[in-house]
Amino acid sequence: MRREIPTAIAFFVGIICIIQFFIPHRPFGTLVDVFSDWFGIVAAFAIWLGALNLLKVSLERSFSKKKTHDRWYGLVVAASFFLIFIIGMFMSGGDQFQVPGSRFDYLYVNIYTPLSSTMFALLAFFVASASYRAFRARSWEATLLLIAAFFVMLGRAPIGDQLTGFMPEGYRLSEVANWIMTYPQVAGQRAIMIGIALGVASASLRLILGLERSYLGGE
Amino acid sequence: MLACCLAQASTAIAQTAPGDSGAIPVQTIAQPPPPNPATNVKAEDAPNDGGGSVRVTWTASPDDGAGRKNVASYNILRAVSSPTGAGAIDTVGSATAGNTEFTDGHTKDGVPYIYIVEALSSVPSPEGAPVMVAVRSEPTGVAYSKGQWFHMRRLNALIMVIIVCGAILYFIQQASSGKELFIRKIAGLDAVDEAVGRATEMGRKIFYIPGTQDMDEVQTLAGITILGRVAKVAAEYEASLEVPVSRSLVMVTCREVVKEAYLNAGRPEAYNDSMVYYLTDDQFGYAAGIDGLVMRDKPSTLFFMGAFYAESLILAETGNSIGAIQIAGTAMPAQLPFFVAACDYTLIGEELFAASAYLSKEPKLLGSLKGQDLGKAIILLAILVGIVMTSFGAISMGTSDLDKLGNYNIGQWFEVQ
Repeated sequence: MRREIPTAIAFFVGIICIIQFFIPHRPFGTLVDVFSDWFGIVAAFAIWLGALNLLKVSLERSFSKKKTHDRWYGLVVAASFFLIFIIGMFMSGGDQFQVPGSRFDYLYVNIYTPLSSTMFALLAFFVASASYRAFRARSWEATLLLIAAFFVMLGRAPIGDQLTGFMPEGYRLSEVANWIMTYPQVAGQRAIMIGIALGVASASLRLILGLERSYLGGE
Repeated sequence: MLACCLAQASTAIAQTAPGDSGAIPVQTIAQPPPPNPATNVKAEDAPNDGGGSVRVTWTASPDDGAGRKNVASYNILRAVSSPTGAGAIDTVGSATAGNTEFTDGHTKDGVPYIYIVEALSSVPSPEGAPVMVAVRSEPTGVAYSKGQWFHMRRLNALIMVIIVCGAILYFIQQASSGKELFIRKIAGLDAVDEAVGRATEMGRKIFYIPGTQDMDEVQTLAGITILGRVAKVAAEYEASLEVPVSRSLVMVTCREVVKEAYLNAGRPEAYNDSMVYYLTDDQFGYAAGIDGLVMRDKPSTLFFMGAFYAESLILAETGNSIGAIQIAGTAMPAQLPFFVAACDYTLIGEELFAASAYLSKEPKLLGSLKGQDLGKAIILLAILVGIVMTSFGAISMGTSDLDKLGNYNIGQWFEVQ
């Protein structure tokens, strides 16, 4: 029964989701929203599982006999956990904790947001290093990519049209860049999207019919 | 009686304060001239919905964008029709000038409604302050809202679903009956054993990242399916596996999958719950956590299988910087170039969903891949037909402007000139 009941639920919910796409009449049209709400409720309760697991793992690392850097990181995570929890729950005006000016909001705006932005900003540097590697002309595919990238990047900058201003209209770099982005790029992306859509349909059918049950453990 | 009342109302010209668009007429004015009313107003049940809405359409006032050019917006008024006459007239919404359609999404099914469209114009009053002048259209006939039992605009999707699902089920049945099916090689999946073996030889960890989305995302399910195979190989090779996750439900599911894999590999004692742990739901917090683990533990192998957003390159480049062998798979088109640039192997889109069938070699699952391929062949054929028809359209119309061809009604192409 450990696998049969979840498989039956997956079948029932999956079929309803397909039916509601084609039958807008009540109750089908509204059932998906109901299922979505249920998922939200289950996921909300499950957050505690994750939060307590994070605390457990961090404390275990902090008080581990192994003298690694992890113990300090674990300590920082556990201390941050308690700090934000206590301030949010007891020192920020109850359910008004998100109101601008509250202590919780102060921590959010001045610690969380800059840290998150810093991580996002790192992406710029990673894009540069990844581009350098991708554009090295080691194979004919990479060479093709390099040429396309050269035209697109130059075409998207003002200097592109300044360099090719003498060319007839339709052959300037900005127009070549637009052509690459509108036709070969879109065609490639659509091919991938069609494959993904069919892959999703096939995977969903396997899940609904219970052919694919490895997500339940085993098989 | 009802039509008479509403007709009287429709001819009234109202002067109201700005923002009080739904008020009853208070003063008839002669100057400046009001706009002409909207005409041809019709109300009908909104199609392809579950009920509870009526669609109102009208022909724009001649002064909307032309003529006196003084129509600022339209108010949509509604009254409940009854044998004794119309009920109170309420304003149910508005539309900016130029619009000729409004959907009233707050109706009760089966209740008869009548609608009036009120053209509004802002004009200066004799005192100088602007006032709103409203001119009402003729009332519509009675309209009811009701739910539909089939979404007609999705008929083409239904036909495609039936064809693709039919093909998948057919090939599953074929595979079950023992027919040999050829599946092309997927390098990224063939490399799983090699990547796990490398971790064992080097005595380092394997990190498996199942994306940043929850269990309601099919890519996460696909990623977890591959995790089962990776965990089994890791158990057989006695490699150390860690699965840091960003969702609680994913953590619980991954634990079950890894536990079962270790059991199937005959090494249940090697499994413990701390192999799968939660970091955070936050996108960049999760990326920072993984990056920290990667830089400290220097794993030899990293798997990224599931749904990723902007964190994809942050994770993959960090793994690349320590020289780890990296196998990624995602169906997020925008993230695929990043994984291709930074990882050794990348499962592109559909390959992620094909992985479970490919790895398990289960005939029923392989059959579904063949059905999927037939779907692709049908779409390819439809694209080719589209190209041919567009080309003929271009020749017959004497233009290669795709924008014009795209707007060209294909029905006209078959009309006898």
